Amino acid sequence: MASTEALSGRRPPTALPRLRVPAWALVLPPVAALGLVFLHPLALVLWQSVSPEGGGHGFSAYADVFAQAAFRDALRNTVLIAAGSTAGALVLGFALALVIAFVPFPGGRAVGRFVDVFLSFPSFLITLALLFVYGSAGMANGVWTGVTGAASGPFDFLHTPWGVLLAEITYFTPFVMRPLLGAFSRIETAQIEVAASLGAKAPRIVRQVILPEALPALAAGGSLVLVMCLNEFGIVLFTGAKGVTTLPVLVYGKAILDGDYTGACVVAVVNIVLSLALYGLYRMLTTRMDGVRRARA
Amino acid sequence: MTTGIRFDGVTVAYGGTTVLESFGLTVEPGEVMALLGPSGSGKTTALRAVAGFVRPTAGRVFIGDRDVTALPPHRRGIGMVVQQYALFPHMKAGANVAFGLKAHKVPRGEIAARVAEALEMTGMSAYAGRYPRELSGGQQQRVAIARALAIRPGVLLLDEPLSALDARLRSGMLTELARLHRELPDVSMLYVTHDQVEALTLADRIAVMDGGRLQDCGTPQDLYRRPGSAFTASFIGSANLLPVTVTDGGVRLGGTRLDVPAGGAAAGASATLCVRPHLVGLGAGPNALRGTVTEVQWRGATHRLGVDIAGHRVTAELRELRETPPLGTEVTVHFAAHDAVLLPAGADGGEARG
Repeated sequence: MASTEALSGRRPPTALPRLRVPAWALVLPPVAALGLVFLHPLALVLWQSVSPEGGGHGFSAYADVFAQAAFRDALRNTVLIAAGSTAGALVLGFALALVIAFVPFPGGRAVGRFVDVFLSFPSFLITLALLFVYGSAGMANGVWTGVTGAASGPFDFLHTPWGVLLAEITYFTPFVMRPLLGAFSRIETAQIEVAASLGAKAPRIVRQVILPEALPALAAGGSLVLVMCLNEFGIVLFTGAKGVTTLPVLVYGKAILDGDYTGACVVAVVNIVLSLALYGLYRMLTTRMDGVRRARA
Repeated sequence: MTTGIRFDGVTVAYGGTTVLESFGLTVEPGEVMALLGPSGSGKTTALRAVAGFVRPTAGRVFIGDRDVTALPPHRRGIGMVVQQYALFPHMKAGANVAFGLKAHKVPRGEIAARVAEALEMTGMSAYAGRYPRELSGGQQQRVAIARALAIRPGVLLLDEPLSALDARLRSGMLTELARLHRELPDVSMLYVTHDQVEALTLADRIAVMDGGRLQDCGTPQDLYRRPGSAFTASFIGSANLLPVTVTDGGVRLGGTRLDVPAGGAAAGASATLCVRPHLVGLGAGPNALRGTVTEVQWRGATHRLGVDIAGHRVTAELRELRETPPLGTEVTVHFAAHDAVLLPAGADGGEARG
């Protein structure tokens, strides 16, 4: 008599060979790899920061670095530029994403797709492009001198914090736009139309209908940009290094130019702590917002 | 308060495609007008032209005596309810209802009273503090209606408002909408639907649309009893549509002469005879037709019989039969002369819809 498996054409599932390795052992390889390529170098930086050149271990290097005006300037520049760039990218990104998502214009979809491409551009490319436009021999000054006959143009801000700010806003704005465009695509057009039919003008619709729905995306994009700005090196080096020093540039200066590896490690540790603190703040805010959203659901 | 709607030769085209063509219709103050038609008939486009979300390529739209063709939506003074409710998810029901009042800059002290009044009217007073996600579909739609009514619009636009609800909720909401219409006699309502039951139940008049054009317009009773076209006859209720030839004093279906008023139709002309299935009787009677039973359906209170008569299918909706004729047997069906309507030729014969 044929078996039911043979009649039905099915075969009994093949049992996998039982693994005798304990589950915790399976975690070891990835943890070892992570430790080798990431945690160990990080630990070395931390260790170096508490190992002054005079020998022994302690926090004297921290005291020395914190006492330096250059460090305090770099810390202030880093926070101010990161905060300013993030604010600028949020405002500009929100406005541009609004236009792309809700104002029909020819080529709007192509512009939306270009945002994705823009994210893959290296940061120095944007800086280089700004040099061509606003540099001392750039297009803007060229037009000015051509029109007025003056010997030089008025645009000379690229090597100031404003230049860094402009470059970072230009480069990081698409990082805000991408999650916003995703959020906007999920807003029902009917909500906006009903709001308009109820007498709401565009600013009220943006403020009371669109913005609340876009807040999580805005927070995600903003925090990403903030962390990236805190650690941005290429733009600052390319644009403002002459007059603007940030923590990453200070690390580079101490380690490569001055040979002060302990001081460089101290600044690097401060930079990491700053980034982690801001990331923690972001997680706290998003968790709270998620909690509110879940409570509504 | 301006009220009433008038479409004056409105044409709407997207690119090279005309979706609404020379549309003319007047909705009287306080009237409920249903725009009824299949998908792509242009009914939603017509509603959106009133709301200001599509700009006519020709013609004008009036609300009351105001030409609103070029006005932006926020200046038209309309209330709008859509199929998917479109409540603002981050606002509680009360805040949703207050939205339009704030947009209209109603004094702060008056807003709370008007929100309470609108929620009371829709039976949602107890739910003012809930978020939309905490409400059922029917409750959300009630809040959406309260939100539209709170601004006291002269015109209320309803775009398939019950389509997302199940049959039981839909029936209850239809009753609620009919009650609201009685309580708000000054508000003109334009009600877009593809559901003939909603249109027949709620509307004072129905505008039947197809292919971007107005096909017919009249009271539900007129359109049902005396449809102006085969399309209207088949779209509003079920209809037997039979191709006939007009004779002196009647019509001829194949070789059978039928006693039906021909109106002004000339003898020899082709026409379509419309008889509602529930007005067809089984057995001998006036305008008797012999045919073969091709289908028997039990529908609870009724039996539906399909009978092939000279190659044309005639459907009879009969009160539940004690004994049903077997398939393939010959039967006689009949109808009264005053229950038949003669329509211009053009429809497929013998098909009952609905």
